[in-house]
Amino acid sequence: MAEVHVALRPGIADPEGQTIASGLRSLGYESVSGVRTGKLMRIDFEADDPVAAEATVADMCRRLLANPVMETASWELRAAEEMPANGAVTG
Amino acid sequence: MTLLAGRPRVAVAVFPGTWSERDFLHVAEAVLGWDARLVWHAEPELGPADAVVLPGGFAHGDHLRTGAIARFSPVMRAVESFAAAGGPVIGSCNGFQILTEAGLLPGALMRNDHLEFRCDWQWLRVERPEHAPAWLSTLTDGQTIRLPISHGEGRYVADAATLDALEAEGRIVLRYADEAGTVDDAANPNGSERGIAGIVNRGGNVLGLMPHPERAAEDDVGGIDGLWLFRSLERWLQEQPAAAERRL
Repeated sequence: MAEVHVALRPGIADPEGQTIASGLRSLGYESVSGVRTGKLMRIDFEADDPVAAEATVADMCRRLLANPVMETASWELRAAEEMPANGAVTG
Repeated sequence: MTLLAGRPRVAVAVFPGTWSERDFLHVAEAVLGWDARLVWHAEPELGPADAVVLPGGFAHGDHLRTGAIARFSPVMRAVESFAAAGGPVIGSCNGFQILTEAGLLPGALMRNDHLEFRCDWQWLRVERPEHAPAWLSTLTDGQTIRLPISHGEGRYVADAATLDALEAEGRIVLRYADEAGTVDDAANPNGSERGIAGIVNRGGNVLGLMPHPERAAEDDVGGIDGLWLFRSLERWLQEQPAAAERRL
């Protein structure tokens, strides 16, 4: 399983993040100086070994998941058995 | 034999979620008397065509990013080949977004800075029309035209080096402006960098623009400035001996 984070490059305006920051400040969180939004994608797939998995995710990011014009991608790899039974984080 | 003996043939690509293809078809056939054809995105061939249209809409639901999935549709291989051979391609709205994702034009289109979907008439200033002859040859530098816009993700972004190169090469051919042609923040409907509404590739044959020329081709809809682009294509095709050959 790969958890891919797609973030806007520094310097790319993020009007959604600005709106969220403004919302947080209006709730009283006056110390909020900025919010940057992004995307989180959890990808279930199979690979022979961690090296192959790494290469596959890098390829996925390059070809589809992130647009290098305005985004960067980072990821974490996890073996399926490390996942919680229901695949979800609770709490 | 010249094109005067025949009618321009236009292929209009249709993706799941495209919504402007019928408007282009109507304008091409009923208003201009052209030969127009819809081409489903799964088709690997365009068929005989003098020009290709990528219309507006929400191709593949615009999931992930606008145009991100559409660029992998089989028809895009044919569009890329057509463009590489110098064939005229226009991408309007979602079509512009697809062209940037496909790498046929630089930059990207992002959420409007005010986060609203904007549907309105918009003045545009034409610049360096000679750099997009297939689509703008009947217009003059500095001329203003009025076209509809209809988008939530039309904010053009690119890094500074790309923007500077576009400026230096005269490839920013349409900017958001007021009626007098002034380009400023007040006239910018979405926060686009440098007021960019439309750009052209280095070859001058691939034009991407957020506005909708096909929605401004009859007086009944409130304006006919879109006809400038279509008449430009007609004129350009008439001047192309190679294009005339293809029609024999």
